[in-house]
Amino acid sequence: MPYIPHTDADRKAMLETIGVDSIEDLFVEIPEDLRLKGELDVPKGMDEHKLFSTLHDLAGKNVDLATTTCFLGAGIYDRFIPATVGALISRGEFLTAYTPYQPEVSQGYLQTIYEFQTMVAELYGADLANASMYCGATALAEAALMACSIKRRSVVVVSEAVHPHYRETLETYCWAMDVEVRVIPTAETGRVESLEALTDEAACLILQQPNFFGLIADMKAARKACDETGSLLVVSADPTACGLLPAPGEEGADIITGEGQPLGIPMGFGGPLLGLFACRKEFVRQIPGRIVGRTTDGQGRPGYTMTLRTREQDIRREKATSNICTNEALMALAATIYMSAVGKNGIRSIAESTVQNTQYAIKQLTAAGGRLRFGGKVFGEFVLDLPRSAEGVRDALLKKGILAGLPLGKHYKGMENSLLVAVTEIRSKAEIDRFAEALRSVLESEEEDLLIVGVSLDQARIKVRQADGHVDARAVETIAKVIVSKHNWSVKDQFGLDITFSNGSQALLPEEDSAGFEAVMKALSKQLPGWDDNWFDQVAYPPFEDNSTVVFEKD
Amino acid sequence: MSVPADLKYTKSHEWLKVDGDTVTIGITDHAQSELGDVVYVDLPEAGRAVQVGDSFGSVESVKTVSDLYAPVSGEVTEVNGALAAQSELVNSDPHGEGWMVKVKMDNASQLDSLLDAAAYEKEIA
Repeated sequence: MPYIPHTDADRKAMLETIGVDSIEDLFVEIPEDLRLKGELDVPKGMDEHKLFSTLHDLAGKNVDLATTTCFLGAGIYDRFIPATVGALISRGEFLTAYTPYQPEVSQGYLQTIYEFQTMVAELYGADLANASMYCGATALAEAALMACSIKRRSVVVVSEAVHPHYRETLETYCWAMDVEVRVIPTAETGRVESLEALTDEAACLILQQPNFFGLIADMKAARKACDETGSLLVVSADPTACGLLPAPGEEGADIITGEGQPLGIPMGFGGPLLGLFACRKEFVRQIPGRIVGRTTDGQGRPGYTMTLRTREQDIRREKATSNICTNEALMALAATIYMSAVGKNGIRSIAESTVQNTQYAIKQLTAAGGRLRFGGKVFGEFVLDLPRSAEGVRDALLKKGILAGLPLGKHYKGMENSLLVAVTEIRSKAEIDRFAEALRSVLESEEEDLLIVGVSLDQARIKVRQADGHVDARAVETIAKVIVSKHNWSVKDQFGLDITFSNGSQALLPEEDSAGFEAVMKALSKQLPGWDDNWFDQVAYPPFEDNSTVVFEKD
Repeated sequence: MSVPADLKYTKSHEWLKVDGDTVTIGITDHAQSELGDVVYVDLPEAGRAVQVGDSFGSVESVKTVSDLYAPVSGEVTEVNGALAAQSELVNSDPHGEGWMVKVKMDNASQLDSLLDAAAYEKEIA
């Protein structure tokens, strides 16, 4: 389809047809003071060469996997992608992000979607799968709403060991639909121990397999509990793990969802991702999203068509099963080509290598000073407890070219020293050895920053914690320099403190939440002679901007 | 278009056949003809309470899905199980074998506000 922009004459004709004088008139509904006056404040256009070099410089500021070894997973995995995936999805005939318009004209595309559905259903042990959803998180939330509509109930029960971002998405969907979300805590063992929260009010029980901590969940107990309460069992399953573990559908899951990124899609910041969605046949009329079916045309030839369209929003409006009216077509195609390329045995051997590499990494990293937090079988990921803040260790390892994993303190209370480490089929023995060696050296290092743990006002002392956990109180007058750094943690701006003492040692308050940034600053302002009370003006940078400012320096 | 005289009708194109305090409910010949080939009928389970005006199920044709609205309040006593495998009965015999549910009425006076055959004929004219 050629792209031909509108000409001024086109625009004039269109405006005349609808009876307005200017494009600006189309926006009169929006209050005057909310409308942009003049031009957007963006730089002028640049030539192609300069643009590429600017983008190259910007990209250079990111951590990239050409120079860093990745042990970070938490839902998105660094797996091998056969070259055929990129080559085939780049063909012009396939380049669309969504289900094509007038889909039946695109028989080839529909056939790939049909094959995708068939392979996902087989991998998950389900009767059928849809044409895909946006991502694993929205697929799971849609499954919860589907369970509520099937069961005519408005409570869902979810394990705390389901991905924290998936649970946030679930909360958002459920909040909008007046559905109550009950969370089963998993703090002690990392897994669901009691199903007491599952009552006959619950439309479904939601688990993840393997769970967020990498642990393989027991589906039998869950299935039995669901049978007793008449609830559906919804499982968010890692498709790669299904190469080795029993398929969730065969273990009794009614609805199975998952993130399809490990199936041939690169790890991109912000996506695109791929939601997998499969279920039992009897629920076919409640399934969200698109389904492609195989049929025969008037002359008896096989053909592919969108089917069960009457569930969808463009046909059924507010009675639709979901607001999704498309699929993640190009990514579903990538997954289809990936699954065809590696085949059934390939997925199994990828899963086996993942398990072997993971077991080797556990052995090496625990020998290097980490401790396995949870007992029980894991697939390709595990929680490593460290003798100190996982964020600090992660940062130190990144300087050595190792992306060590996800510090869990932000997501789970009391897990500040825990790191979620992922190991895929492509992590070599040498890479794992290098990780273990680097971890050992970081943990043994004496250069660890001291952490501020509190301020005692009356005695003008600031308490700092040493590497060995010993807390030491220092006189405020020994402070030589205070730097406030402002970090943007994606949406919420946070302040951190960096204090240098006169003996040259440093102490950090890594986040404003940890010991009360404001309390520390208030105490310092009262007790440090020459402290500038207007320090905040210097550090109050706009949202989304990082900055470090010296707010105090002893002469 | 067949509009049997012994049935009651709604403006939303359901028909009712009254038998004591129980009514049989289906969709009219006119409704099936407008919908086209019916491919699926979603019906409630027996025992479910319905309120007048509530949606208690839906009829899916190749073109669209239409809700079924309860013309009276009461309890569903029987569901036409044959429609699960033979939804086309709704097209071929809408007032007979294509019936959908039987409801035991809570309040028979609700029948008074329904249309008779002559009024329904006017409605669809």
